[in-house]
Amino acid sequence: MIETLLLSRMQFALNISFHYLFPSITIALAWFLFYFKLRHDLSAHPVWMRIYRFWVKIFALSFALGVVSGITMSFQFGTNWPGFMEKVGNIAGPLLGYEVLTAFFMEATFLGAMLFGMKRLPNWLHTLSTLLVAIGTSMSAFWILALNSWMHTPQGFEMINGVAEPVSWMEIIFNPSFPYRLAHTLVASGLTAAFLIAGVSAYRILKEDSKLAPKLALKTAMYSAALLMPLQILLGDLHGLNTLEHQPQKVAAMEGLWETQKGAPLILFAIPDEESRDNSAVISIPNLASIILTHDKEGEVKGLNEFKGKHPPVKPVFYGFRIMIGIGMLMLFVSWIVSGLLIRKKELPPFWLKTLFYMTFSGWVATLAGWYVTEIGRQPYLVSEVLLVADAVTDIPPANVIFSFTVYAIVYILLLVAYLHTIFYMARKSSKVEEFETKDVSMTKPFNHLERIERLSQQSNH
Amino acid sequence: MSFEQALPYIFLLLMGVSVLVYATLDGFDLGVGVLLPGDNVEYRNKMIASIGPFWDANETWLVLAVGILLIAFPQAHSIILKELYLPALFLLIGLILRGVAFDFRAKAVTGLQRLWDKVFKAGSILASASQGFMLGMYVMGFDYHWLSVSFACLSAICVTSAYAYIGGAWLVLKTEGDLQISAAQKTRIAGWITALGIIAICVANPLINSDVAARWFNLPEAFLLMLIPLVSAALMIGTDIYLKHVPLKNDLACWVPFASVATLFFLCLLGLAFSFYPFIIPNKLLAVEAASSPKSLLFIFYGVAIVMPFILLYTLFSYRVFKGKTTALEYY
Repeated sequence: MIETLLLSRMQFALNISFHYLFPSITIALAWFLFYFKLRHDLSAHPVWMRIYRFWVKIFALSFALGVVSGITMSFQFGTNWPGFMEKVGNIAGPLLGYEVLTAFFMEATFLGAMLFGMKRLPNWLHTLSTLLVAIGTSMSAFWILALNSWMHTPQGFEMINGVAEPVSWMEIIFNPSFPYRLAHTLVASGLTAAFLIAGVSAYRILKEDSKLAPKLALKTAMYSAALLMPLQILLGDLHGLNTLEHQPQKVAAMEGLWETQKGAPLILFAIPDEESRDNSAVISIPNLASIILTHDKEGEVKGLNEFKGKHPPVKPVFYGFRIMIGIGMLMLFVSWIVSGLLIRKKELPPFWLKTLFYMTFSGWVATLAGWYVTEIGRQPYLVSEVLLVADAVTDIPPANVIFSFTVYAIVYILLLVAYLHTIFYMARKSSKVEEFETKDVSMTKPFNHLERIERLSQQSNH
Repeated sequence: MSFEQALPYIFLLLMGVSVLVYATLDGFDLGVGVLLPGDNVEYRNKMIASIGPFWDANETWLVLAVGILLIAFPQAHSIILKELYLPALFLLIGLILRGVAFDFRAKAVTGLQRLWDKVFKAGSILASASQGFMLGMYVMGFDYHWLSVSFACLSAICVTSAYAYIGGAWLVLKTEGDLQISAAQKTRIAGWITALGIIAICVANPLINSDVAARWFNLPEAFLLMLIPLVSAALMIGTDIYLKHVPLKNDLACWVPFASVATLFFLCLLGLAFSFYPFIIPNKLLAVEAASSPKSLLFIFYGVAIVMPFILLYTLFSYRVFKGKTTALEYY
């Protein structure tokens, strides 16, 4: 049974990690598309349509991968985690149901109109379809994060004969960690999409695509990232304080603190050891953890030893947290420098273009790292204090799970390779098409940015 | 019966409707995948273009059907998916492959397009056959005896050909010229295989399942029930005659095959529902026993009542926007 448990966990982690790669892009990319389309409608400048057309293809591809890998999730609850639905199905079921009803159908239907309806729909209706797809993807995030947050900080229910029964749906949906998690995740998606757009645009420019479209896209993405990143740090801090209140053992593991102490140091790096319950190779800043977590230099921070036997495995949480923070800092640094360069100067030096290219998928790494922190940080529980992971697992033979795990792993690796390959292939192909002509510009639309765009396009010709 | 007591039955009905809509809508786009020719890239482009704007939303009905099973009958969801662990895996792999192949083919290097088309076809067949197999095992109550497994294999063939049948009918509706004629011919073949499959299942099911036999051959209801197979047979024969005459002048009533195959699907599901109601797992678990708490059902019922009209509305919107014969698929 242990084997089936471990294998099922591996399979679920594989499935959901692969799945989330794509929503982490599409949630925000949908809003970027809406912005591009809107800029086009307001300025009537074709360059925005060029940008839109390029990114809508990548959106469609990412969305398709998200949809098909998401369907597997709805089966996994039954195939591998029957205990989850048996115990908390009365809560989890309706939340998932609302996701399907209010988000999935809307996204999928209007995606068709958005992708293929350009010539069949009036322009305003096409823009509206783009907006509805964006609302749909965010709606989807709303419901799934309501459920996920409830698993971390459950409330609004009572246990009757060992089964959770809903008492207040408002309390269930707006559980304590939900607003923070939702905001943190949405902004994370914004950053993931921004660095994807910037990275692929940088790649196009490096491949000597001298058109305006990739430059303008890169600029939009970097300005967005430069604004979103400080917001994300603030939201992350608030989310952390919320976690400290409701899941202190998770924060202790994130900080690598074993003993409860006043004036706790901020550990920048260390090698935590769960056997000896101590850290080695520590680099730390005195008192800073207390200041961050309690806003008091001598504030008390609870250590892992307070939760012996009931805290998550320390290493993945500790390292995952540092990977997330590290990439976040890098994103802040790069987005500010690049934005600064773009504001003052016209051309980005190759060094920064290459940096952006290498950071194309940095959002994925940070998002997954952060997600592992919070999800592994909930262990050994599936639903905090309500249901243990080990009690939810199926009783099917491990051989079946080994087989399905292997099949999923092979398919996912192949798909990921094909996905990355296709994105950069499309980027290379686009440098040969999508010629840009300033003559196309119509002067009739309101909010005409013609002058600015002409100036930009002249810069781009040099 | 109070409203709260009626909720499980309402959700059973809703699930039935979702399954029917799924089988009809995703059925046609899976069927188009099954029928994809290996040797004609022009046909392939047109065929895939005809399902382009729809397949995504069509597949969402499966998520809804499985979702309702999960939400309203969690116990049944667990049992069914545990018993069908491997077939469900194959279904999912099939759906994954065809879903992504659809998008990759449009964007990949020209040389790889053929490969993605093959993946699309293989995925469609795998998904259809897995669904048929799962349906067969479900009807047999998950008894992995060789007789039941053979029945499930028969059901796999039947469902695959039924999807090809409705997929072909969709092509008759959405295409013209040579492609339409070739689609009509293939639809006829798929129709005959489906007919044989349905007959075989109708004979085998009561032979293996004595409870089902008792239901169907109990006078006087039997007379009324006989309408189902009679109407089905009439529909299939009528469709076959129509398809034989494609192309008709001015494409007269090109929607007829699709409408009659969809009606046939409805009748088949009605027959199945009659065989097993009020069980959610044949002869093992009643829908009422498997239902979740009334509070949860009520909460989700409000959502369904409010949202469902909108879903139907914009589904209609989408089919209206893309009505008429398929034109080349242009990504914007």
